[in-house]
Amino acid sequence: MRSILTVYRKELTDHFSSNKFLVLLALIYIAGLSSTYVALQNIRESASGLSKNVFLYLFTTGGDVLPSFITFISFFIPIIGIIFGFDAINSEKNSGNLSRILSQPIYRDSIINGKFLAGITTLSIIIASIVFIISGIGLFSIGVPPTSEEILRIFFFIFICIFYGGFWMGLSILFSVIMEKTAASILTAIAIWIFLMFFLPIIANAIANAVVSPESASVADQLRNYTIEHSISRISPATLFAEAITVLLVPMGGNILVNPVAYEQSYSMIQSGQMLLNPLSIGQSLIQVWPQLVVIVALAIICFAISYIIFMRQEIRST
Amino acid sequence: MSDNNNIIIAKDLSKKYNEHLVVDNLNLAIKKGEIFGLLGPNGAGKSTVILMALGLTEPSSGSINVAGFNSTREPLKVKRITGYLPEKVGFYDDMTAKSNLTYTAELNNIPYRETPKKIDEVLEIVELTKNKNQLVKTFSKGMKQRLGIADVLIKDPQLVIFDEPTEGLDLKVANQILQTILDLNKQKNITFLLSSHQLNLMQRVCPRVGILSRGKLIGEGNVENLGRNLFGGGKYRIELELEKVTGEIIEKLKKLDKVVNVNKVDNQLQVVCDKDIRQDISRLIANEGILMTRMNMKQDALEEIYLKYFKEE
Repeated sequence: MRSILTVYRKELTDHFSSNKFLVLLALIYIAGLSSTYVALQNIRESASGLSKNVFLYLFTTGGDVLPSFITFISFFIPIIGIIFGFDAINSEKNSGNLSRILSQPIYRDSIINGKFLAGITTLSIIIASIVFIISGIGLFSIGVPPTSEEILRIFFFIFICIFYGGFWMGLSILFSVIMEKTAASILTAIAIWIFLMFFLPIIANAIANAVVSPESASVADQLRNYTIEHSISRISPATLFAEAITVLLVPMGGNILVNPVAYEQSYSMIQSGQMLLNPLSIGQSLIQVWPQLVVIVALAIICFAISYIIFMRQEIRST
Repeated sequence: MSDNNNIIIAKDLSKKYNEHLVVDNLNLAIKKGEIFGLLGPNGAGKSTVILMALGLTEPSSGSINVAGFNSTREPLKVKRITGYLPEKVGFYDDMTAKSNLTYTAELNNIPYRETPKKIDEVLEIVELTKNKNQLVKTFSKGMKQRLGIADVLIKDPQLVIFDEPTEGLDLKVANQILQTILDLNKQKNITFLLSSHQLNLMQRVCPRVGILSRGKLIGEGNVENLGRNLFGGGKYRIELELEKVTGEIIEKLKKLDKVVNVNKVDNQLQVVCDKDIRQDISRLIANEGILMTRMNMKQDALEEIYLKYFKEE
């Protein structure tokens, strides 16, 4: 345990003093503060129409030009995870440090555990700090304090973000364990991110259209098309994360947005005023996102576990 | 092989990767306080033996013990008393020499209060005191190697394993490193296991060597004895090139004092002897009225022994 802490402290110091940390922090702060500014404008404009969970609108409201904070964070979390993990092991191997460190009286897993924990801590600090800054600005600007339920939702949001980042970090650490070159590990991780984020929805749409034509007049067929597309999209942790944070931070109707059947059936009724939406309680929201949450946590654990096993079995030579 | 006098004992040690046997039934004992050289070409299994000694890879069969601890079952105990300097030693370039050593000290559980004193002590041994607060990225290869020695000394090791300690260094720096090894061995009674290709340098510091080939220990002992066994006895070999070689002159050479053997190759003779008898040989040849066109003497050199072993394989 002591050696894990030693590695953890050293890695944490490295992260905080690195340029990549400063650049990422600056990017996230700029994106977060810009989206907060837009959100505040919109909240002020439609203040009368917003009766419940006003505080959460800070994170979910975007403008015509700038998207909402949760859209920004969906892009940035995988990047942070990848950047803090892609060279965790192979750079140490290539520099000759790993052989020297492994010859010290420590268990081998102290290295990978310490590195992963330091990465997760850094990610948590980045996310938590921007969320708290936005909350502070929101509190000061809109003058409405968050309810205890809103605070809980924000904490769960941070928790999901950390595990989602943990998945990407675990994946990039896995590549850093199995690939010798740091360039190869970062490119592979980014390629997977691009595929899951941008190409999978296109592929899902193409497959759904091939199975059931979207031109079909039947509502049942259109629903089937939508369900197929959505099911395939859910292979991607990015989709699961988007669904989870939408349900958590949009208590009013967020659950409908992530359920294709309910969405199709309810959309016109909501639009025509035939159906009134009631916000979900925190408990109900958590029940809704439980499957997504479990899968994200499981993926993070699986990725790290595979890296751990491979690293423990690897023979480390200095040449 | 008495366990009390030996710091490393390998018994029937073998290592297989898939079906490829890298270390084949190795039996080796390294005495406490000695400097032992492990020689062999690339792929001979030297690094694998070192990794098994440190508990960084498991043997397929047999065992290796360091200071009485089984390297496979008690790797932490072994690593606590063993310093290892890999061939390509790496440090955190963006950290100072002091910070790198502090990190190593922390990994070795050296109490925080003792660390600065310990660092000053080891940096003084390797003459890097002035560079203590310098970033490692500004260090030359020789300085990094010296810092590597400081790094292994921080834990007060009983045994130090160096993989190619002088590789890539100029002769002056290589000699400095070897001198440091000799001094540490003498002053602190640290046992050294050196693995190297630079045989002339190894001969300077290693009284005893082991020659590994395809995972097998094909020769072991002090350099003089290895030469004696290999070249049929005699410490010196005097090569003569004569105008004509007769049976009579061979017999007369054999009768000279300290001559062990005389071998004939074309019109060249090789006189194997225990003493430098070039004067006696010159006198004898001159008395016989034979013209001698060349005479030179070779002492057992590790390089020759090494080449001879691999030639005979």
